Order: sequence, then structure tokens, then C-alpha cells
Amino acid sequence: MFSFNEIKKSLLVALWFMFLTFPIMVIRVNTIYNTIEWRWGRMLMVGIGSFFLSFLWRFLHKRQETGQKKAEPGETETLTLTQRLITDKRFSIPGIIAISIFALIFPFVFSMYQTNIMTSALIYVVVGLGLNIVVGLAGLLDLGYVAFYLVGAYTYALLNVHFGLGFWMVLPISAFFALLFGVILGFPVLRLRGDYLAIVTLGFGEIIRLVMENWNEFSFGPSGIANIPRPGFFGMELSLHQNIIWVYFVMVGMAIFTIFVVRRLQDSRLGRAWIALREDEIACQAMGIDKRRTKLSAFGLGAMWAGMGGAVFAAKTTYINPASFTLWESIIILCVVVLGGMGSILGVICGAMVLILLPEYLRAFSEYRMLIFGAILVIMMVFRPGGMITAVRKTHQFKGLKDPQSTK
Amino acid sequence: MDYFLELFLGGLTRGSIYALIALGYTMVYGIIKLINFAHGEIYMIGAFTALIVAGILSMLGWNQVLILVIASIIAVIYSSAYGYTIEKIAYKPLRQAPRLSALISAIGMSMFLQYYVLLAQTSNFLPFPNLIPDFKFLEPIEHIVRSSEVVIYVVTAIVMVLLTFLIKFTKIGKAMRATSQDRDMAMLVGVDVNKIISVTFLVGSATAAIGGVLIASHIGQINYYIGFIAGIKAFVAAVLGGIGSMPGAVLGSMVLGMSESFFTGYISSDYEDVFAFLFLVFTLIFRPSGILGRDDTEKV
Repeated sequence: MFSFNEIKKSLLVALWFMFLTFPIMVIRVNTIYNTIEWRWGRMLMVGIGSFFLSFLWRFLHKRQETGQKKAEPGETETLTLTQRLITDKRFSIPGIIAISIFALIFPFVFSMYQTNIMTSALIYVVVGLGLNIVVGLAGLLDLGYVAFYLVGAYTYALLNVHFGLGFWMVLPISAFFALLFGVILGFPVLRLRGDYLAIVTLGFGEIIRLVMENWNEFSFGPSGIANIPRPGFFGMELSLHQNIIWVYFVMVGMAIFTIFVVRRLQDSRLGRAWIALREDEIACQAMGIDKRRTKLSAFGLGAMWAGMGGAVFAAKTTYINPASFTLWESIIILCVVVLGGMGSILGVICGAMVLILLPEYLRAFSEYRMLIFGAILVIMMVFRPGGMITAVRKTHQFKGLKDPQSTK
Repeated sequence: MDYFLELFLGGLTRGSIYALIALGYTMVYGIIKLINFAHGEIYMIGAFTALIVAGILSMLGWNQVLILVIASIIAVIYSSAYGYTIEKIAYKPLRQAPRLSALISAIGMSMFLQYYVLLAQTSNFLPFPNLIPDFKFLEPIEHIVRSSEVVIYVVTAIVMVLLTFLIKFTKIGKAMRATSQDRDMAMLVGVDVNKIISVTFLVGSATAAIGGVLIASHIGQINYYIGFIAGIKAFVAAVLGGIGSMPGAVLGSMVLGMSESFFTGYISSDYEDVFAFLFLVFTLIFRPSGILGRDDTEKV
């Protein structure tokens, strides 16, 4: 395996990377004091690091290629281990029970800090599932999804400031407003496709954020809104600790509700229409599916979850300002969906957990965490382009057919 | 009238800057249909490399123009090298994968490069030396147009002419056009598609690097985040003009730069970006594939 040729290749890679990182890694110029700092040690590190990493890279590639070759002959779709675990009831039911028990005792076992992180992860599960409707099911690339999140959060915050409405009262209003915005955005972009759609949604997200930032009389501008009350618990006073646990359970409940609804939606007539739209617009229209209504409902129903997630976000952090709703946020939510596995509910949940919890637990690496995060995104996509858990296509088998392949 | 002229030239500067970055976007998009999110980072790395080289050379007491030329050349070399490497690592393995996966990979790469520069250099704004000399003959109209702006116009024009020549009249340009039309067909007639994609990345990155050096020395400071913001704006410009089309990218950049400049000058500077995006949204509503984009009807 470690033939001369391989070593030569890796050496070349190492040399190339040493050349590539030379100015930025090694030299630091201070133009004010006119000093140059040379850091040759780093160059050595880059060389050695890339030498070994290139071996690993090639090894992983080779493994992936042989894996693909194995899958190629027999046209039957072979399910991977994870997919089989999900579809098989013997494993999935105990799994769900274990997860529910874990979710129930989580805030009592772990610290307040951990519970808080978990709550944010759950918010991303809900929001990610919402985006999954737009991107994963209907195939409409939305880069401005955070706008609906913002709408939800600001609906709660502003209604609370001006009219003193409570969280539970506003939650449906937030969802409704987000849905409305989703449909409003949906109208002009009906004709656009692919990347044009992506850029318009991106623009829409930025417009809403910038308006919030500049329209001081309405939204309190960049200073944001503070002292947003946490969700009430049947009118009882709660301590901070209790409140965090309560928000956590609210979020668990909402996540379960979302999963339930999205699952039902996916298998409904509308859900199948979305998938058909994603696969082929023209064929879809030929089958008598109203393209306009289907797209608008995808935008609206997707946005609704973001609105609800936003309201909980505002209530959880008790403070919001436009800086929490930048384009990066949209990108992170998109990463949740794609990294997890587009169109797959379990995938999105895993994606949210990994993407939100990973940077938190990578805090040990402090300043390197975003670097590692970026690298993980690339590596993950290169070696598993379908995401962690790829959606299983619904297939129906004829039970009565006497076929050697389905003798059950 | 002076004010109008000032805004016009300011818009032209912005437009040229956007154009230099947008060209790379649009070239890459035209060939592999990928929004290269890391393109802004290439531009940023070009600016940083130029800063480092210029810092060293100015300490050695070299001539200003010579520094500008050498710093630009090294920035171009390094940016192209980065572009080439990024393509090999993050995009090439994903040629057959769903397009969104490649997009996420590009986002990851963009993040990685930002923090790489942040960690290896600094998170603060760095002062960028003024590499472009002040021309004597411009002194009377200095309040309207700075000499660095004139250099930006000239260089942008030269780059555009060279690129047009490359695409239209050379063998490699022909191969690039063929690849962007139909990759499989191009492969069948003997075009080395991998090589063409690499060349596209090299050329696109080189233009971005030139942009990086010029803009950094025009504005006077850089940090690790400049690439992201400039990248988004240039992307908007490229889409406005019709992504995948080179004249479209230039036209889109100019339209965007001009309208931004006039809007800030005459109406309000708070809502400058809002206006830019609204402009984009309305343009795309009426022309769904950009100003110069081909309206390809789908065949069944």
C-alpha cells in the first residue's frame, strides 16, 4: 500500500501545500511598526500534516470508489445499515422509546447550560424541518429562509412590547405572519428557477433584515428588543432554572408536533405533489397539478415553522436584534437540511443535532472550531454527498406477485 | 453637475470592482453550474498576499510602481493556485453529486478559508499601503475622481478585453464554450474537460486577485471578512446580468454599481443595500433569467 509511487504523490502534495500556505501562514507583516515575523515552524507543520492527510484522503477515496462499484451491478436498491435500522420496526420502536426517555430526563441530568444548547438544537430541528419542505421536498432552493425566522421572532417581540400579549397567544400569530410572508415572497418568484430563485430569496432575506436594522421607529433598530418574557407556565411564577427546563419541554413538544405534521404532509396528496414538482415541473403540470398553488403552499407551510421557531427563539433568549438573522443563519439552516439528508426527516434531525451541538462542543478547540466546522462540511459532502441519512424512496410492492426476488 | 459626475464615476468604480469578481463567478457557473461561494475568499486571499508582499518590499525601500506590479503578480499566482486547489479538493469529487451538495461544500470551503486567514493572520482590519501612485495630470479634478479609480477603470477594461479574446478567439476558449454548452458532448469530441475546468478556475481566480489588489489599495484596509461581502454583491451582479454570460456579468455589475451610487447620493445611504436587492428582485420578476441571460425554454 505504501508503495514508492504513493509516497512520491504525497510528497508532491505536501510540497504544493507548503507553497500554497507560505505567505499567509508563514509571514506576518506589521505595516505600522515595519516589522516582519517569519514563522517557519508552521511551514513544517503544514508539510507534515498534508503529507499524512493525503494518504488518508486517497484511502477514503479508494474505499468510496470500491463501495460504488459493488453497488453498481444488481440494479436493486440496496439499503444501507442505517436505512434498514429505520425501516425495520424491531429496531425503530425501541429506538424511539430510548430517545423519548433520554429527552425526558435530559434537563434533570445535565446542567442548565447543556439544556439551553439542546433547546437551540431543537429550534433548529423545527426550523430545519420547515426548510426541508421547501428545499428537500419541493426542490426550491431558498437562501433567505431566516427572514421568516425573523418575522416570527419580531412578531412576538413587537406584539409583546406594544400590546403586552403573551407567548402562547402570539405563537399562532407568529406562525400565521410567517406563512403570510412566505406566500407574499412566493408570488413574485413563481417563474424563477434554480439559482435565480436562490438569489432572490437571499435578497428578500437581506431586505427584511436591513429594514429592521434601519427602521428605528418600528423595530428599535440595531439595538434590538430586550426583556422579552419567557413562555408562561399556566400563570405560575418560575425561577430561571425552572423556566429553562420549561422552554426545553415546550421545544420538545413542538419538535414532536412538527415531526408528526411533516410526516403526514409528506405522505399526503400535497406532499407527493411537491416531490413530483421537484422531479419534473413539466411532467407535473401535465399530470394536472396546479404548479402555482403547490409552490405557494410549499413556501407558506415551510415558512410557518420558521415563524414558530423564531417566536420560541425570542422567548428563549429574551433579547433579539437584527444581527441574529444574517445570511449566515440561513446558510446554517440550509446546511442542516443538506448535511442531514434532503427530504429525510430523521436526516434533518440528525443534521440539526450535529451542526448545532458540534460547534458548542468544539469550544474546547476555541478559535479553531469554525475552521474545523468548515472542513467537516467539505469532507462530509465529498464523501457522503447525499447527506448523513439519505431519504428512502417510497416503493410499493405487489404482494401477490410470484417473483423469485420477493418470496415473502 | 459636478456632484452628478462624482456619483457617476463612483458608480463606475463600484461597477468595475463588482465586475472583476463577478466575472469569476459567472465563468465558473457557466462551466460547472456551481455557485462558487468560495470565490469571494479567493479575492480576499489575493488581497492578503498582495499586502504581505507589498509590506516586505516597501520595507526594502522599492519603487512604488514596481511594488504594485510585483505584488499583483504574486497575488494572481497565489489566488490562482488556491482556486485550482479548491476545485480539486472540494468540487471535483462532487461532479456527479446533487448540486446542493456541491453548494454546501463551497460554503464549507468559504468558511474554512475565512478562518484560516483569521487564524494565520489577524481578525483586525489591516491598513493596506496605497500602491497606486497619484497622477500629476489628475490633480485639477481630484475632488471628482481619484487616480486609483482611473487605474481601476483601465485595468478592468483591459481584463475584459483579454477575457473576451480568450473566450472568443483561442482554442481553449472554444473548448470552454463547448464545455459550458454540453459537457458530455464536449468530452466526446475530445475536449479534456477536467483541464478546461481547471483553466476556468485559474482564470477566474486571477481576475478576482487583480480585483483584490486594486480594491484593497483603493479602500486602504482589509480584513478576513471582505471576501464574503464582496462575494455576495458580485454574485448579485452576476445574476442580475444573467449568470453564465460574461457580458451579462459586466453589464449587471455596472448597472448595480451605478444604481447603488445614485441611490446613495440622491436618496438615502441607510437603505443602499435594500435598494440593491429590491432592484435585483424587480429585474428578475420581469426578466427571470437576468438582463442578458438566455431564456432557455425547456424541451420535453
